[in-house]
Amino acid sequence: MPDKPKVAFYWCASCGGCEEAVVDLAEDILKVVEAVDIVLWPVAMDFKKADVEARPDKSIAVAFINGAIRTSEQEEWVRMLRRKAQMVVSFGACANSGGIPALANQFKKEEILKYVYEDCPGVDNPSKTRPQLETVDQGRTVTLPEFRNMVRSLDEVIEVDYYLPGCPPTPKLISAAVGAILAGKLPPKGTVLSPDNSLCEECKRKDSKPADLALAEFKRPHQVHIDPEKCLLAQGLVCMGPATRAGCEARCPEGNMPCTGCFGPSSRVRDQGAKFISSVFSNIAPKEEKDIDAVLDGIPDPIGTFYRYGLSKCILRRKLN
Amino acid sequence: MSKHVEPAAPAQPGQFEPRIVAFFCNWCTYTAADLAGVSRLKYAPNVRVIRVMCSGRVDPQFVLEAFAKGADGVLLGGCHPGDCHYAEGNYKTLRRMRMLERMLRDMGIKDGRFRLEWISGAEGDKVRTTVNDMTAKVRALGPLDLPGKFAEWDKEIEELEARVGSESAPEVAHAR
Ligand code: SF4
Ligand code: SF4
Repeated sequence: MPDKPKVAFYWCASCGGCEEAVVDLAEDILKVVEAVDIVLWPVAMDFKKADVEARPDKSIAVAFINGAIRTSEQEEWVRMLRRKAQMVVSFGACANSGGIPALANQFKKEEILKYVYEDCPGVDNPSKTRPQLETVDQGRTVTLPEFRNMVRSLDEVIEVDYYLPGCPPTPKLISAAVGAILAGKLPPKGTVLSPDNSLCEECKRKDSKPADLALAEFKRPHQVHIDPEKCLLAQGLVCMGPATRAGCEARCPEGNMPCTGCFGPSSRVRDQGAKFISSVFSNIAPKEEKDIDAVLDGIPDPIGTFYRYGLSKCILRRKLN
Repeated sequence: MSKHVEPAAPAQPGQFEPRIVAFFCNWCTYTAADLAGVSRLKYAPNVRVIRVMCSGRVDPQFVLEAFAKGADGVLLGGCHPGDCHYAEGNYKTLRRMRMLERMLRDMGIKDGRFRLEWISGAEGDKVRTTVNDMTAKVRALGPLDLPGKFAEWDKEIEELEARVGSESAPEVAHAR
């Protein structure tokens, strides 16, 4: 019997939700487990770095890597996996575009460390001790990875073959991707494994989305009684659907919550946030600057709203400070 | 146009010369820039003009891309409100650029690096005063140099890449 393809799962700056999504395959996971040989999965199985390091280059068929890249250790791991694997799939919003962790790119490294180790309520650290790269304790040297200046997407660090979008990717997309990989039926390298449309195309509320939104006010979900049928943007809620890729089957709008953009943009959009500004804000109602500004005041946190999952992929890459 | 504006200060040797990308609409501001040229109005040579059919054609992505490719400033010129060749294009511009300005501020791009001006086809002199004024202001802000910053940011990962890349892989292939 020929060897089953070897598969690795790895996580970097991740919440664990992407791992959960794999487990969410439910019975289908058994089919996957039967078809492949898992050689690394830190969340579920006990493998050591040395086990992977000892494998020949290109001996792993596919490595699924989730989470953003913030530390030197994560860089080392993903570079090693790139060497060992024939194919790397960037798994989930954090790996694809920085995800939630990339919102930290609005702050300097020093600001973050100072807050976390000194100023954060609940921290009791009068000597202002900070983690050190190297500490000598009783003659032994203990080391820690380096905390980088910014959060990066996986493809800023290594070459990526395919992307699975979402926070986390849906079981349906994961199954489809695994099936395509096992069958060797894959689209061109670099493809995002989800339909290349905007979310509005698969949203049940689409028919009630007016051509001219003419919004006079933006509201937050808790401030309105949401009509369960009508387009959420048309109700004055910031729904990222127009600038977000389809593939989740519009689950959030279906659950009466506006899309927050976790699938990233379609292939025709270079910068999700800028494109959203372009399409939606052109169509607010007022014509005078001060009235326009009053409507814009309804978006208190533009970056957190337009780049919630993708600040690493903003054309400007991070806040300049 | 009676407002007196200092002519562009003559470039001093070694002085920072900002690069400003200007998107001018075909019907008004580009015509005005043409008029300024025909009228031999002298203005700072720091703008590179890109003609677009309407200021409303300018996607905020273009502005970000210009900065990312090395522009120190981005100027957007269109017809005065009410004068748009396509009726409403410049209102769309105004609304989306007000939002973009907020976002740029939050991303640490200083006010003055991006500017939106309405300049009609007859206002050749306004092209001159706007360009001179913006050049002076961006010069005072200093270089933005995003390409340089990007390279600087990525240095921290290159060093490790060089080290990891040089490690040799084991030679014996074992089956499992
Ligand atoms: S993409 Fe979402 S679910 Fe996956 S690690 Fe990031 S935050 Fe968690
Ligand atoms: S804007 Fe949101 S609610 Fe409206 S059609 Fe698009 S995805 Fe659906």
